Amino acid sequence: MFSLENITNTTHTWLNQTFSPTLALLTEFLIVGVLVIGLFAVLGLVLVFMERKVSAVMQIRLGPNRVGPMGIFQTLADTLKLVMKEGLTPNGADKFLFNLAPFVVMITAMLILAPIAFAKGFQMWDINIGVLYVSAISSISVIGILMAGWASNNKYSLLGAMRSGAQIVSYELSAGLAVLSIVILSGSLSISDIIASQQNGWWIFKGHIPAIIAFVIFIIAVTAETNRAPFDLAEAESELTAGFHTEYSGMKFALFFLAEYVNIFIVCAIGATLFFGGWMPFHIGSWTAFNNIMDYIPSSIWFFGKTFFLIFLIMWFRWTFPRLRIDQLLNLEWKYLLPISMFNLLLMTFVAIMGWYF
Amino acid sequence: MLTSAFYFIAFVTIFFAIMVVVSKNPIHSVLYLVLTFFCISANYIFMLDATFVGMVNVIVYAGAIMVLFLYVLMMMNLNAIAEQKRSVLFKISAAVTGGMLLLVLVAALKDANLQIQGSALEAEQRIGSIKVLGYVLYSKYQLPFEVASILFLVAMIGAVVLGKKDNSTKTIGIEPVK
Repeated sequence: MFSLENITNTTHTWLNQTFSPTLALLTEFLIVGVLVIGLFAVLGLVLVFMERKVSAVMQIRLGPNRVGPMGIFQTLADTLKLVMKEGLTPNGADKFLFNLAPFVVMITAMLILAPIAFAKGFQMWDINIGVLYVSAISSISVIGILMAGWASNNKYSLLGAMRSGAQIVSYELSAGLAVLSIVILSGSLSISDIIASQQNGWWIFKGHIPAIIAFVIFIIAVTAETNRAPFDLAEAESELTAGFHTEYSGMKFALFFLAEYVNIFIVCAIGATLFFGGWMPFHIGSWTAFNNIMDYIPSSIWFFGKTFFLIFLIMWFRWTFPRLRIDQLLNLEWKYLLPISMFNLLLMTFVAIMGWYF
Repeated sequence: MLTSAFYFIAFVTIFFAIMVVVSKNPIHSVLYLVLTFFCISANYIFMLDATFVGMVNVIVYAGAIMVLFLYVLMMMNLNAIAEQKRSVLFKISAAVTGGMLLLVLVAALKDANLQIQGSALEAEQRIGSIKVLGYVLYSKYQLPFEVASILFLVAMIGAVVLGKKDNSTKTIGIEPVK
């Protein structure tokens, strides 16, 4: 059966037999780095194409269909165009910060990838506080956005960055509380432990109503955190031209664009891990025969299937709901989502103490 | 190995901390402060093996407080030109005050006992592990913990009261309207 775990194990033993341990470790670092960059490039291409096709379906039109069969090479052509373009730096800009900002956003996106388990035994860094690590690093990306907005020396950019800052800082709370409710159920902050605790069913089914509320809050909060419509006030094109990346062009713009899609992938992967069991196949309690059949589907397919389902959900939001005003956005968080998620956390703690989950 | 790593991280931390004070632009200062907090977190994680404390440091200081700092500074749009000149007397008095604080800190930390306190069980596990931290926080230090949370609650309510819109006098421009 196809398994990524076997490939990593074989590579690891072969490297250790062939080279000294230090050299083997360095080679593994190199391989992981290349794989991450490769994954980013592929994700960018696939997700942008998927977004354009999904939006086309939602609006009853065809979408890209000229370059390659069904237009699958459209995003490749777009990327080529962006690479060829000149990367301008405005005269009044703070040059160093202006050029640094896209990389800050990109590097934080790369760092969050570390504790995510892509398949059974296929995880870069099984840190014992994985969930906390993810929320710590994701709070850094807002600094990159603020940097970009301020360094551009443009009022639209600054307004976009301010909106984005206010939005990310406030929605982080609900997302954090939603994540915490799953941490209470599984009793661990480590990603691999959380996945292992869903051996006999995913938390969204085992955790009853509080888990479903937590999932809904999580999806709303991460949509806002990734600056996606209906929460895309940071780059509201009808008000702020393009928000915090108005002044960016060429490859620097492409990095922001790529970071947005990679962030969507990451938050969906976290959501899939917490609520849908990550790479864990669909198991029902003690139905051994059924569980064994489900195990025949490789774990990587389960992981990517769930993640892409959640990505589709977020894209669906974008093409269905109109954009919120800034006061509606902040009211939604501070007056509705935050109290609901706090109460939900208490409810979840009660359920966990009484042992009312499966 | 560990000692040289400590010296390296400590040197970088102090370098960024000095840059916070030296840089002319307030935004650059805040960004250097963010880097300083990162270095302090690195110290927690690599030197003390306290990953939890290090991560919380990143979330609270680098993630939340520094973002608000940046936010306020960008809103006020301060820059190097707008910074008002301080008199020499002001600078000297600031240096003396800071130096005295340093003296007190050095005096307090000079004879500090750096041994890990607690039972053998606690020393056996890593001091930064969340299980041990949670256990100690909710048993040995429960009262200070609760008092600190009440302090935070009071501060939060105070901020809301201060920030609340005063409806008694409405203002248009600078003139108060009755």
